Amino acid sequence: MIVEYAWLLLAFPVLGLTLNLIFGARWGKKTTGIVASGAVLGSFLVALGLFLHLNGLPEEERTIEQVLWSWITIDQFHVDIGLLIDPLSVFMALVVTGVGFLIHVYSMGYMWAPHEKGEEEAMGDIPRFVRYFVYLNLFILMMLTLVMANDFVQMFIGWEGVGLASYLLIGFWFFKPSAADAGKKAFLVNRVGDVGFILAMLFIFRLSGRLNFLDLFRPENVQALQVGATTIGLLLLLAATGKSAQIPLYVWLPDAMEGPTPVSALIHAATMVTAGVYMIARTSPLYALTPTAMTWVATIGALTAFFAATIALAQTDLKRILAYSTISQLGYMFLGVGTGAYVAGIFHLYTHAFFKALLFLGAGSVMHALHGELDIRKMGGLKEKLPTTYKTFLVGAAALAGFPLLSGFFSKDEILLAAWQRSPILWLIGIVTAFMTATYSFRAVFVPFWGKPRNHKLYEHAHESPPVMTVPLIILAIGAAFGGVIGLPKASWLHHWLMPVFEHVMHESEPGALMWGLMTVSALVALGGIYFAYELFVVNPDRVLRIRRALGPVDTLVQHRYYVDELYMTLVVNPLKALADWLAYVFDQRGIDGLVNGVAWVTGWIGQQVRRVQTGRVGTYAFTLFVGVVILVVYFVLVGG
Amino acid sequence: MVPTGYYLVLAAVIFGIGALGVLVRRNALIIFMCIEMMMNAVNLTLVALARHFGTLDGQVFVFLVMAIAAAEVAIGLGIVVGLVRHRDTTNVDRINLLRW
Repeated sequence: MIVEYAWLLLAFPVLGLTLNLIFGARWGKKTTGIVASGAVLGSFLVALGLFLHLNGLPEEERTIEQVLWSWITIDQFHVDIGLLIDPLSVFMALVVTGVGFLIHVYSMGYMWAPHEKGEEEAMGDIPRFVRYFVYLNLFILMMLTLVMANDFVQMFIGWEGVGLASYLLIGFWFFKPSAADAGKKAFLVNRVGDVGFILAMLFIFRLSGRLNFLDLFRPENVQALQVGATTIGLLLLLAATGKSAQIPLYVWLPDAMEGPTPVSALIHAATMVTAGVYMIARTSPLYALTPTAMTWVATIGALTAFFAATIALAQTDLKRILAYSTISQLGYMFLGVGTGAYVAGIFHLYTHAFFKALLFLGAGSVMHALHGELDIRKMGGLKEKLPTTYKTFLVGAAALAGFPLLSGFFSKDEILLAAWQRSPILWLIGIVTAFMTATYSFRAVFVPFWGKPRNHKLYEHAHESPPVMTVPLIILAIGAAFGGVIGLPKASWLHHWLMPVFEHVMHESEPGALMWGLMTVSALVALGGIYFAYELFVVNPDRVLRIRRALGPVDTLVQHRYYVDELYMTLVVNPLKALADWLAYVFDQRGIDGLVNGVAWVTGWIGQQVRRVQTGRVGTYAFTLFVGVVILVVYFVLVGG
Repeated sequence: MVPTGYYLVLAAVIFGIGALGVLVRRNALIIFMCIEMMMNAVNLTLVALARHFGTLDGQVFVFLVMAIAAAEVAIGLGIVVGLVRHRDTTNVDRINLLRW
């Protein structure tokens, strides 16, 4: 019976955003925030209801398609709008709405007062606040559309929708050129990936005539895709690298930090960026047909994880550290699904949602205290001033680092195990990245929170955030710490829960001793990384300078983020701009306008010539008459009537 | 008997002279006289052919042509008088206000 009400999952955010859009300015900030948060809470409760319902069903029956209405029917092409209710989609919905709800509540506190220079003048206080929550609800709506989609088309609608919401929210403070540019960059880079998605859909339809997930992935139907499986897999991977910020399309994510921090937490850490991972998990039967594409997924994931972690080590902006960390952790998720460990990838998605959202919200809390300051070189000693923020941030960082027994430890370890089983090289990349992860995570703890304040004016004014912000932090910290309990090795509830979705593509392996061995290594690496950070950033900060000098050109390279943005500018952006300029000014203005204006000019010229017939002189007219008569007479005499 | 052909040729020549005059002469009244000449040439053709075929049709038609010529002259001269009063000239080349 709850299944009949499943549509409420999407209806609540629609209601929230519509009500706020119409009445928000009249209601004032508090009511707007409550309505928006309430809408997400409503969706969460629906998701919870669906979860409990599925839980009560026997395993084989846990896949339900709830068709809402029939959208397109052209000959064989049939697309319905509907919800796919299965363990995977419900789990994702819970994560999205759960974390989303906490972030909505937090946002009420964070966005209360105008933030950026020029915000008040640009739009006025309340309308901007309302607009923010409308966009947030829009995002939740689109993300749920994506996650609950029953076919590729609907998933794409959600896919594009979250891209739109992301653009709107990144460029929220649109009067700041950097923010407006960042929004554009995010959308355009994503678009490149979307080409992959669309082409993949076309191929799939061409080969099989189906786009509905349940329909297509039946063993007898999915075989039709075998011929093009690798191509399709790679195209979908392209789309995923755009949405989930992997090499080569990750460049938008660091810039996206221009947006409000809760946005970074929700969209660019916990949910939207995980859409790529989810999509690969959802299309696992397709990927099962193409080990080549899967290898690509895993390799890109591993390399991105490593690459982004090196950059994170050198960043001085707190949010940028977290942004590159997100890219790196998403790489782990790709590594997980790419090696066939779908459950591991989703598990890490879930733990990451908690600890990364926590870290971002914590950063937001720090910014709130320091009036927007993000440079960690200007911070210091904040643990006394912001105790709750500090403690929760510490938990988040530890989870990220993979501190033993916290949630991140279990999920990361499961991925590393799968990596080793696929190829020890992948494991090696993963474990080295884990060391760096631990180091940069605790750099972000030690530098701002420990030691002596580096800027006394900022330090003086720092104060802890209000409960509307700290309570979500605490809740997320509990999740980050204990969330791993759903995926304990040998007793993984999550594994059991997701099995119906992945049973055809995953094989149970009994790892045994290998698993314990690798787990110990992971634990040691995490602790080692934390200790390394301690030595570098607390005990003797000069060591950092010595290391950097020793690295020489490598240091410059990493400091400048490997010059990737510059590379893209020269290879892609500037040529396209030149082409656009040529098309606009030469081809269009001179060519096409010239052609159209030319036609008008020729018509005018002809007119000018013809008007000369009108001499006004009777004699001329008489002569013309005469000539005409002569011609006629000659004609009739020679040719005959 | 004078061969009919001679009358026809004469009428043609008179017609030609008249047509030429219409085209070339500048004085409005002279142009009118040339038009009359053309009509007379036509009359001559009609009468000559009437005698040649021995019918009276041509002769009767001549009467009609003459009536029309008279009416046309009356109106035409009225127009010319109005024109001359307005523009103070009989030179048709100067009557060119309806030009481009």
